[in-house]
Amino acid sequence: MRLATRLFAYAAPLALLAAAGQYAAAGGTYGPGASDTEIKIGNTMPYSGPASAYGAIGKADAAYFTMINEQGGINGRKVNFITRDDGYSPPKTVEQVRKLVEEDQVLFMYNTLGTPPNSAIWDYMNENKVPQLFVATGASKWNDPKGHPWTIGWQPNYRVEASIYAQYILANMPDAKIAVLYQNDDFGKDYVIGLKAGLGDKADKMIVATQSYETTDPTVDSQVVSLQGSGANVLLTAAIPKFAAQVVRKVFDIGWKPAFFMTNVSSSVSAVFKPAGLEKAVGIITAGYTKDPNDAKWKDSKELGDYLAWQQKYDADANPADNNVVYGYSATNTLVQVLKQCGDNLTRENVMKQAASIKGQVLPMLLPGVVISTSATDFAPIKQMQLAKFDGTNWVYFGPVMSGVGS
Amino acid sequence: MTGAPVHQFLQQLFTGLATGAIYASLALALVMIYRATELVNFAQGEMAMFSTYIAWTLTNAGIPFWVAFALTLAASFLGGVAIERLIIRPVQNAPVFTAVTVFIGLLLILNSVAGWLYTYTVQDFPSPFGDRPLLHSLLTTSALGIMGVTLAMLVLLYLFFRFTPIGLAMRAAAQNPVSARLCGIRVGRMLAIGWGLAAAVGATAGVMVAPILFLDPNMMTGTLLYAFAGALLGGISSPLGAVIGGIAVGVMENLVGTYLIASQLKLTVALAVILLVLVLRPNGLFGATLVKRV
Repeated sequence: MRLATRLFAYAAPLALLAAAGQYAAAGGTYGPGASDTEIKIGNTMPYSGPASAYGAIGKADAAYFTMINEQGGINGRKVNFITRDDGYSPPKTVEQVRKLVEEDQVLFMYNTLGTPPNSAIWDYMNENKVPQLFVATGASKWNDPKGHPWTIGWQPNYRVEASIYAQYILANMPDAKIAVLYQNDDFGKDYVIGLKAGLGDKADKMIVATQSYETTDPTVDSQVVSLQGSGANVLLTAAIPKFAAQVVRKVFDIGWKPAFFMTNVSSSVSAVFKPAGLEKAVGIITAGYTKDPNDAKWKDSKELGDYLAWQQKYDADANPADNNVVYGYSATNTLVQVLKQCGDNLTRENVMKQAASIKGQVLPMLLPGVVISTSATDFAPIKQMQLAKFDGTNWVYFGPVMSGVGS
Repeated sequence: MTGAPVHQFLQQLFTGLATGAIYASLALALVMIYRATELVNFAQGEMAMFSTYIAWTLTNAGIPFWVAFALTLAASFLGGVAIERLIIRPVQNAPVFTAVTVFIGLLLILNSVAGWLYTYTVQDFPSPFGDRPLLHSLLTTSALGIMGVTLAMLVLLYLFFRFTPIGLAMRAAAQNPVSARLCGIRVGRMLAIGWGLAAAVGATAGVMVAPILFLDPNMMTGTLLYAFAGALLGGISSPLGAVIGGIAVGVMENLVGTYLIASQLKLTVALAVILLVLVLRPNGLFGATLVKRV
C-alpha cells in the first residue's frame, strides 16, 4: 500500500509532466499550412497586364510580412507569403489559387486583388472552407456572412461610399436633382444601389437621370450630354479612370457646373485629373479613408514617419505616395492583428472566426476616426470615410468622418 | 429652360459627329488594308495606338508637335512595311483563317508590348488644335480638327488611288495579282506599300483621336469595333463610304441612345441597322460589287 502510494506519488507528476511535454511538442492546433514555425499564406495579384499598377499592393503586403518576420514573427511563427501573378485574368486566378490551396497547402488566401478574379474563386473557397481574407476589391458582395462565410472584404465597399454621398446631399442640398453615370457592371451598379439606399424615400424624387456605359465604348460624351439635359445639378460618376477623365473634361467643355461626386476608384490626381486638365476638376468631391502621404497635415507625425521608414527599408522600389502602398501596409496590419488573436489555434475555422472578431482596430495610416471592426454578422471591416474636395492640386478633406451603410 | 430640348439635340448631334469622325479616321485605315489585300486587319487599331505612343514619346522629348507627327508617320510607314514583310508575307498564300489568326496575334502582341513599355496608365495627349469650346460649347477645336483631318485624308487617298501610277498599280495588285504581275507590277512591293500607307493613315487617326479618348494601350480596342461597323456600313472597299459610314454610326448611336432606347442598347441598335443595310446591300452603301473569278 505504502509502496503503491509512493509509486503513485512519483508517477502522477511524471504523468503530468509527460502530458505537458506532449502539449509543448504539439504547440497548438493547426490547419494546413500552419506549424510551430510557419504560417503559409497565399495571394494573387496582377503583376502584369492592364491592372498591373495594383501590383504595388502585393509588394507592400510582402514587405510588411518581411518586417514582421524580422521582428520575430507572429506568436513566434514566421509568415511564408506566397504571391503569384494572375494578370487580372479570372481563369488564371482560379489556376493559381487551386495550386496554392492544393499543392502549396496554404492556410488561407489573403488580399487577392480585383472583383472579377475574386468572383471567380468565391465559390471554390467557400465550398472548400478555405478563408478568403480581406479581398482587395470594393464590391459589396463580399459582405455576405450567411451565404459565403469564408470570404471577407476590407476596404469600404462601393455602397458604403455611395451612401455617404447620399447623406451629404440630404444634409446640404435639399434641392438636389441627381444624375448618375455608372459602369454597367457590379462596380457601377453598387453605387446606384448604395445611393438609393442612402437617400431612402427621397431617392425617387432626387435621382432625375441615370446613364450607363460599357467598357468597350470609345467615349461617354453622349451620356454626359444626356445627363446635363435632364436638368440635374448634382452628378455622381462611378467610372474607371479613363472614362472618369473623359467625364471631367466633357462636363467642363459643355459648360455644365453640377456638384460633382467622383468615385474613390477614380480619385487619382495623376491618373485621372491630370489627363483631363487639373483646372477642369476643381471642386470635385470624393470620399477617402487613407492618409495621403503627401498631405502636409501628417508631415511631422509619428505615423507617417514609421510608414516612410518601413517603406524605405522594406519596399524601397515603391513610390511612398502611391495609395496602393498605403493600402497594402494597412490591410496587412489588420491581418497580423487577426493572426495574433488566433494564438496557437491556427485552424481555418479559427482564422475565420478571429477575422470576424476585430474590435475597433485603429491603423496608423487610416484617417483619424476610421475604426476597423467586424462581427459574425458584419463582414465589412471599414465603413467610415471622410469627404474631400479637389482644389486644383490636392484633395482637401473636410467635414467629419462619416459612417455609411454597407449592404 | 426654353430651347433646352433643341440645344440637347444639337449637343447630341455634334457629339455624334465628333465621335463619328474618330470612327471614320480609323475606318479609312481599314479600307486601305482591305484595298491592298482584301483582308480586314483586326490589329489596325493597335497599330494606330502604338504609333500614337511613338508620337507621344517624341513630343514628350520636346520635339515640336508637327515635326513629331511627321517622324511618326515615317516610322509608322516603315513599321507597316516591316510587318508585311516579316509577318504577313510568310502566310499570304495560307487560308483566310490563318491570316485572321495572325492579325489577332499581332493585336495581342502590340497591346501587351505597349502596356509593358508605357504602362496602362491613361496619358494626356495634347491636341494640335487646342481644346477651346466653339459654337456655344457644341464643339471643341480638337473635335473640329479631327473632322478636318479625316476629310483631308479622304481627299488625299482619293487623289492617290485615282491619279498616281503607284495608286493604280496598288489597286491592280490587290484586285488581280496574277494579271498585275504579268503587266510588270511588283505585287509584293505594292502590298508592302499598302501596309505602310495603312499604318500611316492609322497613325494619323491615333494622333488625332488620342486627345479626345486619352492615350492608353486599350485606346483603340473598342473604337475598332465601331470603325469596323462604319467601314462595313459605307462599304469596306470605299474610302468615301468608310468616312460616311463612320460618321453615320457615331451620330446614329447617340441619337438612338438618347431618344429611342436606353443607352445600354445603343451599340446593339447601331449594329442591327448595319446588319439590315448589309442584308439589303451586301457591299455597303458605297462599296463596289466585288467580282471574283472562281
